[in-house]
Amino acid sequence: MNFEEVVQQEKKEYDLLFSEKNAVLIGSATCGNSAGAQIAKKAIESEMENSEHVVEIIEVGCIGLCYAEPIIMVSKPQKPAVIYGNVTKKVAREIAKSHLINDIPLPEYALGSWGEGYIDGITPLLEQKSMKMQERRILRNCGFIDPTNMGHYLAQGGYAGFMSALEMDSSEIIEEMKKAGVRGRGGAGFPTWMKWQFCIDSDQETNYLVCNADEGDPGAFMNRSLLESDPHSVLEGILIAAKAIGAEKAYIYCRAEYPLALERLKIAISQMTMRGFLGENIQGSGFNLEIIIKEGAGAFVCGEETALMASIEGKRGTPRTRPPFPTTEGLFGKPTVINNVETMASAAFIMQKGADKYSELGTTESKGTKTFCLVGQVKNTGLIEVPLGTTLKEVIFDIGGGIIDDGEFKAVQIGGPSGGCIPAQHIDTSIDYSSLIGVGAMMGSGGLVVMDQSTCMVEVARYFLEFIQRESCGKCVPCRLGTKQMLDILTDMTTGKGSEEDLKLLPDLAQAIKKGSLCALGQSSPNPILTTTRFFMDEYEAHIKDGVCPALDCKDFIEYTIDAEICDGCMVCLKSCPVSAITGSKDEIHVIEVETCVKCGTCLDLCKRKKNAVKLVDAK
Amino acid sequence: MQDLDKILSNYKGEKSDLIPLLQDIQSEYGYLSEELMREVSKFTGVPESEIYGVATFYTQFRFNPKGKKHIAVCSGTACHVTGAQQIIEGMERHLDIKDGETTPDGEYSLESVGCLGCCALAPAAMVDDEIKSKLSLRSIKKLFRGYNPEKPSK
Repeated sequence: MNFEEVVQQEKKEYDLLFSEKNAVLIGSATCGNSAGAQIAKKAIESEMENSEHVVEIIEVGCIGLCYAEPIIMVSKPQKPAVIYGNVTKKVAREIAKSHLINDIPLPEYALGSWGEGYIDGITPLLEQKSMKMQERRILRNCGFIDPTNMGHYLAQGGYAGFMSALEMDSSEIIEEMKKAGVRGRGGAGFPTWMKWQFCIDSDQETNYLVCNADEGDPGAFMNRSLLESDPHSVLEGILIAAKAIGAEKAYIYCRAEYPLALERLKIAISQMTMRGFLGENIQGSGFNLEIIIKEGAGAFVCGEETALMASIEGKRGTPRTRPPFPTTEGLFGKPTVINNVETMASAAFIMQKGADKYSELGTTESKGTKTFCLVGQVKNTGLIEVPLGTTLKEVIFDIGGGIIDDGEFKAVQIGGPSGGCIPAQHIDTSIDYSSLIGVGAMMGSGGLVVMDQSTCMVEVARYFLEFIQRESCGKCVPCRLGTKQMLDILTDMTTGKGSEEDLKLLPDLAQAIKKGSLCALGQSSPNPILTTTRFFMDEYEAHIKDGVCPALDCKDFIEYTIDAEICDGCMVCLKSCPVSAITGSKDEIHVIEVETCVKCGTCLDLCKRKKNAVKLVDAK
Repeated sequence: MQDLDKILSNYKGEKSDLIPLLQDIQSEYGYLSEELMREVSKFTGVPESEIYGVATFYTQFRFNPKGKKHIAVCSGTACHVTGAQQIIEGMERHLDIKDGETTPDGEYSLESVGCLGCCALAPAAMVDDEIKSKLSLRSIKKLFRGYNPEKPSK
């Protein structure tokens, strides 16, 4: 069978799943599994065992609505499918009995319907605000295909992009990337085509390709989700890039903290080999490629390209000065292109659907879509994809549904530790490379951490500095010692020991570290301080001058107390206090002894759901 | 050291094999002992000091045994703003150990780690290979039900 015939056959089989079969798709990426996807799966299996209905149960990736995990999709022949959320064991059984066996969908558990037609009481997912604003292109297959079945990817038009790339020479492929205007999705936003061109121009015999899947930014999991849900889209991009730069060896550097992503990558690679998409003479074209997976061993700095290469070579992952850039002198001294996971998947999209299709979305200088992880104090946490140029407000309030418990929006942290915190007055900022830099942040890899009034911005800055200081590789002095100094100052401030002199010292220190550090980790390490002092100076001053944490977040500034008007003496907090700091007896008002209390928050957590009598107050 | 020979036989002994080799050894033995690192040095020809230098650089490598159950609490941004610090302190109290330690009876070890990528369901922790999400002080109580650090199991 030739490629077209294989695709036709796979497509037919995939379509049968929805047109003639009873199918259940279970979201079983890391988020789904941690929320209980496997329990839901077992419940459905055991319920169906006793019926004469045949049902095909398929584990798929993440559809992106992580807040509602576990998520399952139920499809009956010739009807729109229904996507259910928060599927506990009990709900899964009900769904099996009602929808799968008796053909009665259950709107009370449904998140939305999928496919043509309507079901009473269930709004199609694509007509809902949270989905309407999105353009799922890179994530188009996530949640709809079995990531361990290469046939599903082929049925969606997969590898057609690579097949056309096989017919093209390097310059034609690079031209297509240039036309699309795709920029590196790892954070820096360097034009992808240019990187590929530099590598070819270096004019050496051996070139390497590296796919950077060392997603270390806290608050970001786009790459994990994509690798777990649609690994072949990344692998197709790798094939295309390798073909363009003439590499015969490609490395995927993936974090060991992502065991499921690694497992699915390995399965995908073995399927590619079996079907003649890897190895020698791929699809009879004479093009050879070997893909090697390297597991990162837990060092944030290895996301930096020169450190990453050192790590692949078996060394300590310390960065080196650039130039020479990896495209001239990279892995094992050879010209090397290093591209992010999402960039690779974008290359596959561009070659499948065309450069014009890719660049129809976005702004003049920031083309296409970008995936983001919407997390923190926002209602609909999850993985989203929007055209560049969408505003932060649209993302947080329209797609994210606003702040949890109808709280007040305070700031959104974008771009990881090197990024910045954007406050409410700039919430209309457009998400594109230059607008974000304009407000002191950066695109970064795609983490969006939403913060409400309960988050202290001085503490957030301290948190990031603690992270950066821990991850500093120690090679250059400004970063090694400077980050420690900044951290010490911030720790003083959040524990009531801050001084006004320190506050004045911070900007000087920040400038010196920015100028003197070797790599981006050190150079951007003052960013958390620079953006929070720019927009939240009042909070810094409150800590230092008034001895108050306005957010009631920093432990040394707060106390827990019980409101005597509300407390009904139910004993719940008293019994669960780990240090027995609460006194009182049944039906009598309880009191927290300040001297004994360790401020763990257990009582508040428990009472919130009952009487809400435990309060956080300013220790003054 | 039959198991070690088996692991070594999968590699050529090149320098770039070093990290995967150490990873395989750790997943077999649970940690990297001095003796094991000496064997790796003989096999790869890389000096022991350099192997130790590489191993200590990466947080994944351990130099003492971990507990029967290993708990890695995520300290990523999303977990941090949703209360990861309270969770780790709660676990420290339950187990009567500090971050990075193992209970004296070897049942549990506890450490805070970089982002686990489960941010949408924060706060999260990895118990052995399983991710537990949306943790609260109540749910961690369940995790250690029946365990009393003062009456260690034998």
